[in-house]
Amino acid sequence: MGEVIVVTSGKGGVGKTTTAANIGTGLAAQGKRVVLMDTDIGLRNLDVVMGLENRIVYDIVDIAQGHCKLKQGMIKDKRFPELYLIPAAQTKDKTAVTEEQVRAICNELKQEADYIIVDCPAGIEQGFKNAIAGADRAIVVTNPEVSAVRDADRIIGLLEAHGLGNPQLVLNRVRPNMVRQGDMMSVDDILEILAIKLLGVIPDDDSIVISTNRGEPTVLDQQSRAGQAYRNIVKRILGEEVPLMNLEVEEGFFARLMKLFKGN
Amino acid sequence: MASFLQRLFGGEKNSKDLAKDRLKLVLIHDRASMSPAMMEHLRRDLIEVISRYMDFDEAALDVQMAEQDNMTMLEVNIPVSSVKRNAGV
Repeated sequence: MGEVIVVTSGKGGVGKTTTAANIGTGLAAQGKRVVLMDTDIGLRNLDVVMGLENRIVYDIVDIAQGHCKLKQGMIKDKRFPELYLIPAAQTKDKTAVTEEQVRAICNELKQEADYIIVDCPAGIEQGFKNAIAGADRAIVVTNPEVSAVRDADRIIGLLEAHGLGNPQLVLNRVRPNMVRQGDMMSVDDILEILAIKLLGVIPDDDSIVISTNRGEPTVLDQQSRAGQAYRNIVKRILGEEVPLMNLEVEEGFFARLMKLFKGN
Repeated sequence: MASFLQRLFGGEKNSKDLAKDRLKLVLIHDRASMSPAMMEHLRRDLIEVISRYMDFDEAALDVQMAEQDNMTMLEVNIPVSSVKRNAGV
């Protein structure tokens, strides 16, 4: 029996889809059978982040309304044999599926897959309720910014009200230099405010932009620090104890000297 | 470096501390907010419990959340007509 994990945030643009894509791909790279499900109907994006946008025939609304079989609506990934994507519909709105339909799809997927990773839309309306309907547990993504943390707090409350207590946090886009200078809230600051368990910390990393351009999840890039952070998260989901990585980039003596002169 | 010295001697607060303080305050308000439906539930429960001990005009029972000195207060105003003498004893 598989597990359904919903990736949510409240605020848009904090890295939900990127996180869902990387966790799903990372789990598949570990040999797990994974289905990624995009519930952001009308604003689908998980397909482009995964580089699978040209393979879409059916979508989640087709599956929910019985226009195709579940298997037909699952797009096979090009990298891993046991990784699938169920894309959101692009031309419908968030009321095109119901909570019961999403729950039924999740329950059916759980029979075959090890993990079902659900990418949740921004907001707290019907789309959010649909996304969490079939979930066994939740991951909350946020950034070290006042607005994103505030929305994360609201989402944590709503998850609890819907029976998804104890969600885990992914803190995305951390800039160690700014944290060191006291201009960005640290991991500890945010854990103190949100009182939530930490799943992982992702450094702000150019490689995310580049890998998204290519449609290749960063988790597969062995050189990328964000990729390493996502690989650690995947191991933690699989029950391994992995210490938080040091986010500081090693700087040579000369680079540090230059910085001193530049005055930052 | 310059900004570091400025902070050391000028007493200027780190912007992240500012962010943290503002967040904590705004979350106190956010977390204390109740939906109208929940308020109505609370109102009904209050009426049920309090009417075991006293008679009062149910329509005049007023429940609201208020902010006072950075604290969230639950204010309940009940005009009591009479107390039931032997209730709960």
